[in-house]
Amino acid sequence: MKIKKNVPLIDQHDKNGFWGGKFGGSFIPETLKKPVEDLTILFQKLRRDKNFIKKRDYYFKNWVGSPTPFIKLENLTEHLGGAQIWAKVVSEANGGAHKIYNATVHCLIAKRAGKKHIVGDTGAGYAGKMLSMAAKKFGLKCKIFMGAKDIKRQKPNCDAMRKNGAEIVPVYTGSQTLVDAVSECMRHWVSNCDSTHMAVGSTVGPNIFVKICGWSTSQISRELSIQIKDEFLKIPEKLKLINCVGGGSSSFGFWNEFMHYKKKQVEFIGVEAGGPKNSKKHAAPLTYGSKIGILHGAAQYVNQSAEGQIEETESISAGLDYPGVSPLHCFLKDAKRARYTAASDEEALRAYQLVTKFENLNPSLEPSHAFAEAIKLAPKLNRDTVIIVNSCGDAQKDRDILRQRLGKF
Amino acid sequence: MTISPINLAFKNCKKEKRPALITFTVAGDNTKKNSFKILNSIAKHTDILELSFLHNCPIADGGQIQNSTYRALKNGTTLKDTFQIAKKFKKNNPNKPLILMGYYNLIYQSGENSFLKNCKLSKVDGLIVVDLPWPENKKFAKKCKKKSISFVQLLSPTTSKERMKKIIKDSHDMIYYISMLSTTGGKLKVSPKIILENYDKIKRINNSKNLVIGFGITVKTISALKKADGLVVGSALCKEISNSLNNGQNPVTNVTDIVKKLRKKIS
Repeated sequence: MKIKKNVPLIDQHDKNGFWGGKFGGSFIPETLKKPVEDLTILFQKLRRDKNFIKKRDYYFKNWVGSPTPFIKLENLTEHLGGAQIWAKVVSEANGGAHKIYNATVHCLIAKRAGKKHIVGDTGAGYAGKMLSMAAKKFGLKCKIFMGAKDIKRQKPNCDAMRKNGAEIVPVYTGSQTLVDAVSECMRHWVSNCDSTHMAVGSTVGPNIFVKICGWSTSQISRELSIQIKDEFLKIPEKLKLINCVGGGSSSFGFWNEFMHYKKKQVEFIGVEAGGPKNSKKHAAPLTYGSKIGILHGAAQYVNQSAEGQIEETESISAGLDYPGVSPLHCFLKDAKRARYTAASDEEALRAYQLVTKFENLNPSLEPSHAFAEAIKLAPKLNRDTVIIVNSCGDAQKDRDILRQRLGKF
Repeated sequence: MTISPINLAFKNCKKEKRPALITFTVAGDNTKKNSFKILNSIAKHTDILELSFLHNCPIADGGQIQNSTYRALKNGTTLKDTFQIAKKFKKNNPNKPLILMGYYNLIYQSGENSFLKNCKLSKVDGLIVVDLPWPENKKFAKKCKKKSISFVQLLSPTTSKERMKKIIKDSHDMIYYISMLSTTGGKLKVSPKIILENYDKIKRINNSKNLVIGFGITVKTISALKKADGLVVGSALCKEISNSLNNGQNPVTNVTDIVKKLRKKIS
């Protein structure tokens, strides 16, 4: 399995939508064939449309707040005494996380398609919050599907969604988390695809949704590439880009612009959610060697039983609590361009404590998984190695969990 | 050439000038034993039976079928059990066509060939795979045909005429028209008149194919659609099982009663 040069990774699929010949595709009911095809044609057109790009860039700059800061974590670097640690503070984007890029683009597409309703799924609540914000901004009626368990543990984001005028539809089936929310959202789209646009909240789902999301979050690395060159005058000889991976939207966006560099120069490290220390359950299909299966319309590595039932996951981080992972990451893993590892709930919490002790930064539980890996790696490396962590979400939404687990927030 | 059991069922119904009644129930609902008993008991009153193999992330099923699915998963029903139920049913009713319906991941994990081998061993007559649309299903549909298993193609109100033509060309003994934009078991939100207009459009492309209508069909709505070659009732039966359990009644007799009623409505 090989990555092509000079072709965007999102376009490196075959005519059936498979990356590396086996990841992705569009396993969808007949009813969705036409809406998916319409969306595919529209997106192909829009991404080549200068006015559309101008509009996207306008909103990214003036509404999302591009570029987000790129800062050195001096104290943490000193404390660990190894590689330099930097952060791309994507949580400074409007709304507090990277989900705003995909949400904005989907609303712009929905407007172009003449749709008045937009629906989306959410786990941590960020995808939902951002979609509700963007829907409000662009005058679309918004429905968010969210697992009942997640509604309980991510209350601040739910409050924000309601404040933005979105309806939250609680999902009580299965594990009552993100996986069930995505299923229910797709069911809603099957029934309402004539009037409604669907935004899948990550680089998952049928092929076209993977592409739209990856195209949108790539803004992160477009900014970063410029910021690195400003800071170091060139791309450093030893650069490590560390990002948490749930569905994989922030990590893909964080890496995309650096895809063509040699892995020896720019290494991609994805950190999945390992779950509680002593639990067999996890949300790390890439790290723990899950088999390929079909979930939510795409072939991917996914936690499942031998027969093919999707397994329940467990993670302290609602945003990473997903049994599958983007086909793009499956491709990057098998092509050996990225490497994947996992951090446990406890490691993420310790990383959160350490980062907040030394730095004026408040990463949510999702990027805390990435920081856990950075903290592990940095002391073993020299000062000429530059580690950048994508701090892709703000911990405000996790205040209840952090208070409960650490006794303070 | 021998006629397939599915084609024969349609032929017999046409002789009787009525649509084929096609029932859908979920393997293992509410127990493994009962789901077999239901199949066995309704077989006399129905023409073709669909049996769903379970998947816990069903992206196109409505509430009633989801309830049935989760009930069956909870009591430990596996794919192996499903094949056993099918096999036992076909042993008792060798001439009744039985179609398995489900999602592709279960087939993918078994391996297509091994899945089809198990279908053959259980004497399954046909397959519906909800999330394997045309043209992605071409290769698998061909494999089915080689094994004399009918692969049922689906059409929906969103399918364009050009696409319909191609799908119909690749179809086998039966084509399934989804009546409306909905998951299974939704309330019939389109009038029977419009559904039948769409139905006629498809029949005009190829009149010789057996075309059945499904989604939203109940005792109340079935007679308005009886000019179709066949009508599928699923959620109404799943709902009856749920109601029976809630009322402490026997789901086998209650489901059989409903099927009798449905059959009467289209006679």
